Amino acid sequence: MSNITNQSLSEILENIKSKKISSLELTQAYIKNIENAKKLNAFVTTTFDQALENAKKFDNKPNNEQLLSGVPLAVKDLFCTENIKTTAGSNILNNFVPSYESTVTKNLWNNGAFLLGKLNCDEFAMGSSNETSFFGNVINPIGDHLVPGGSSGGSSSALAADLTPATIGTDTGGSIRQPASFTGTVGLKPTYGLCSRWGIVAFASSLDQAGPMTKTVNDCSIMLEAMSGFDEKDSTSINKKKETYSKNLKDNIKGLKIGIPKEYRVDNMPKEIDELWEKGKKILKDLGAQLIDISLPHTKYALPTYYIVAPAEASSNLARYDGVRYGYRSQKGKDLIEMYENTRSEGFGDEVKRRILIGTYVLSSGYYDAYYLKAQKVRQLIKKDFDDSFTKIDAILTPSTPSSAFKIGEKTNDPVSMYLNDIFTVPVNLAGLPALSLPAGLDKQGYPLGLQLIGKALDEQKILNIGYAFEKNCGYKNEIKKWWS
Amino acid sequence: MSKEKFDYFINGEKGKYEVVIGLEVHAQVLSNSKLFSGSSTKFGADPNKQVSLIDSAFPGMLPVINEECVKQAVRTGLGLNAKINNYSVFDRKNYFYADLPQGYQISQYKNPIVGEGKVLLDMPYGSKEIGIERLHLEQDAGKSIHDMDPSSTYVDLNRSGIALMEIVSKPHLRSPDEVNAYIKKLRTIMRYLGTCDGNMQEGSLRADVNVSVRKVGDKNFGTRCEIKNVNSIKFMQMAIEYEANRQVELLEDGKEIDQETRLFDTKKNETRSMRSKEDAHDYRYFPDPDLLPLRLEQKLIDDLKKSLPELPDNKKERFIQEYGLNSYEANVLVSEKEISDYYEEVAKLSDKKLAATWIMGDLFAMLNDKGLNISNSPISAKNFAELVQSIKSGEISGRIAKEVFEIMVESGDNPKKIIESKGMKQQSDPKELEKMINEILSKNKDKVDQYKAGKEKLFGFFVGQVMKLSGGNANPQLTNEILKKLLKG
Repeated sequence: MSNITNQSLSEILENIKSKKISSLELTQAYIKNIENAKKLNAFVTTTFDQALENAKKFDNKPNNEQLLSGVPLAVKDLFCTENIKTTAGSNILNNFVPSYESTVTKNLWNNGAFLLGKLNCDEFAMGSSNETSFFGNVINPIGDHLVPGGSSGGSSSALAADLTPATIGTDTGGSIRQPASFTGTVGLKPTYGLCSRWGIVAFASSLDQAGPMTKTVNDCSIMLEAMSGFDEKDSTSINKKKETYSKNLKDNIKGLKIGIPKEYRVDNMPKEIDELWEKGKKILKDLGAQLIDISLPHTKYALPTYYIVAPAEASSNLARYDGVRYGYRSQKGKDLIEMYENTRSEGFGDEVKRRILIGTYVLSSGYYDAYYLKAQKVRQLIKKDFDDSFTKIDAILTPSTPSSAFKIGEKTNDPVSMYLNDIFTVPVNLAGLPALSLPAGLDKQGYPLGLQLIGKALDEQKILNIGYAFEKNCGYKNEIKKWWS
Repeated sequence: MSKEKFDYFINGEKGKYEVVIGLEVHAQVLSNSKLFSGSSTKFGADPNKQVSLIDSAFPGMLPVINEECVKQAVRTGLGLNAKINNYSVFDRKNYFYADLPQGYQISQYKNPIVGEGKVLLDMPYGSKEIGIERLHLEQDAGKSIHDMDPSSTYVDLNRSGIALMEIVSKPHLRSPDEVNAYIKKLRTIMRYLGTCDGNMQEGSLRADVNVSVRKVGDKNFGTRCEIKNVNSIKFMQMAIEYEANRQVELLEDGKEIDQETRLFDTKKNETRSMRSKEDAHDYRYFPDPDLLPLRLEQKLIDDLKKSLPELPDNKKERFIQEYGLNSYEANVLVSEKEISDYYEEVAKLSDKKLAATWIMGDLFAMLNDKGLNISNSPISAKNFAELVQSIKSGEISGRIAKEVFEIMVESGDNPKKIIESKGMKQQSDPKELEKMINEILSKNKDKVDQYKAGKEKLFGFFVGQVMKLSGGNANPQLTNEILKKLLKG
């Protein structure tokens, strides 16, 4: 089969099941693609030998009862993988090889998939363009001068370029949805607590959530089903019965009430984003959904709140990278304090340092109440806005991002304009809700744009269903010219 | 017992000062595994052998609360008559040190698991109530070892993550003696509860000591200094003594006291400044986002309350009521759970009052002498009870009992057996005694005459003769009675 890697995950699974293709052939096809796509810089580590072994093992004794039978997958390099280097895009973990496997990746392997490689990302998932990685920036397959979004930019790039049939990312403030939007792919940030955080390099613990990045909504439901589930090793994991999202996927959304929040129409938003939003509303309305104007009055405080809470947690979470037990250690320095200073100065990049400084500042005595505590209060108000709205609606439709993919280097010297890219995505993380970014169209430059569906906590099935119906009726197809090979 | 007066004051030229002390006691929770990981807490393992990925803070590792540690904290809170908070929060206390792998300690800051409580002290001048401010759970850090290598520091993470209870007293203590009584009382309560072994040598119990002084009668507290991490009662007392006098001297010289953290140098017997208030760490406390707030069901608290063992204060009252002991005896006998258990076992089988006297006298002296504690006493409670009963029934005299006791210590034998085999049984048969005494009197007619003529001192001679003849076994009381009767006749 010549263009197997063009296909969606569910199509590939069908082909494997019906033996139209072997797991080995499939794996070889992806390896070939990856080797031809080095320009994209999507991979930090490849595990080809191990993947080929696993593919052969599968072919010798196929088990087609699993959700991800015989499928190679590349994952964001924020997930700890047993005996495979895990860097979080940072020099400070450049030599770090975990002795353990994250719960989420283990769930994937337990469902029949195997590792193809580790995908580049912004350093410690801090970034919106994949330009903060120690391993260099990742290129968007849409155009060689474009960022793939971030922080899961290696994931979005690899997925859009057919280097993996599906992938997983993590989303702290939009790190799945924004890159999905920039590459014309599907990205889901699940409800906080649906996927275990155990074994994922932490950025901001109260916001971090792993989720699937796929070519289609159906693929997304398969991946979510495989990766999610209660984990007693994560105290914030939700203890509930596992759902079968793919089996329950329905495209009938008649009568569902879709909220349209007026606060998401921001100043200076490109006209085409607004037009895309209108298009989305029309599609859902034509499918029988009811559009309801809603207000989420504290939306404008979400970004500043996020940029207090996330750095605060990060400043503490990253304290463990001190050169004492693992990871990079500077050889300079005459005592413990100097060793810390040099290790962390040399080990962390500028964006990570910036956020550690911000986080340390907002938690400092004398500033805590004015910043951190106030941010926590605002966070509650933002959550309450959603809770109040969800008493009368089923889901919310918004744009995913305020622009399409921007140019490499365009925002690197202006952190605030970089942060503004997360304006539509961060409220959901603060509220712990699930949100799905769907490819919905192109801007006038021909770059993909996404729409976001926000659901009630644990209402993934519903937003997947709406997304499924939308996808069928949107008429959008992500066509990428393979200019790099 | 006449009550003494409290008299711990420091006299300066400008007035009389009282010392105000508050303690932050760190008590290691008795549990098999650490507060947030499954690692063992056993003391004395080789370095870094009881360390999980969580304790060493590997990337992506998450803490999960150990329920048993929570229960132990609740039990301790109940033992301190304290309010148990249904809602408490774990916070991160951020600072860098080589033996703190996470770069923060998980502790409880604004919302501790246990609130206000109280501890009752028995002082020579009466009983005194010491307020407890709070009790919270926190992780211990690892250990830095600086003296193994001239150029490097070694780190042992076996302690890292072990659960500690920090018990904060109100500033109600006024002397080193009260501190001694307070620590011992806390230790007794926790050992009764089985929540901390109180072993100070192994570091299971240590304290930060806050000391300030003020003129007697002053309403406001003076500026306090905190003496960090003192690990024996003796050192606490020495540190307080030194520190209080240092502060009084400063005040007498018209100087101010700096609020600071100090260290106690056990070799020089003095406290030294460690860091001033200005240099104090900013720990940047905030709720640990990896852990949900701890919500305790009232039922759990109630159930734990129901299952608490009898605590020393209650046991003391019961000993006074049930066994007729005085307050001092009851106090001593409840000071360790093992002692109270031993006493009760003995008291059930013998005279309660006499049992107390003998346990607190000869048994304690012997244990102390041999460096043993009551749980490995060479004399079983049952045998001890038989010894007490033999004294009470008059079977042996107190003097003989001491000999029997010595043999019991060496052999572990049953006292009856010893008395039988060594013929130590007291001669208490009046007829036998009378026969014996008549024999002596008839042999010593001259002395009898002298006695009757008024030389009453000779009475002792006759007693001595009886003892000699009976091999020391004659019942002294009966001997006296019979002698008197026969000498009159």
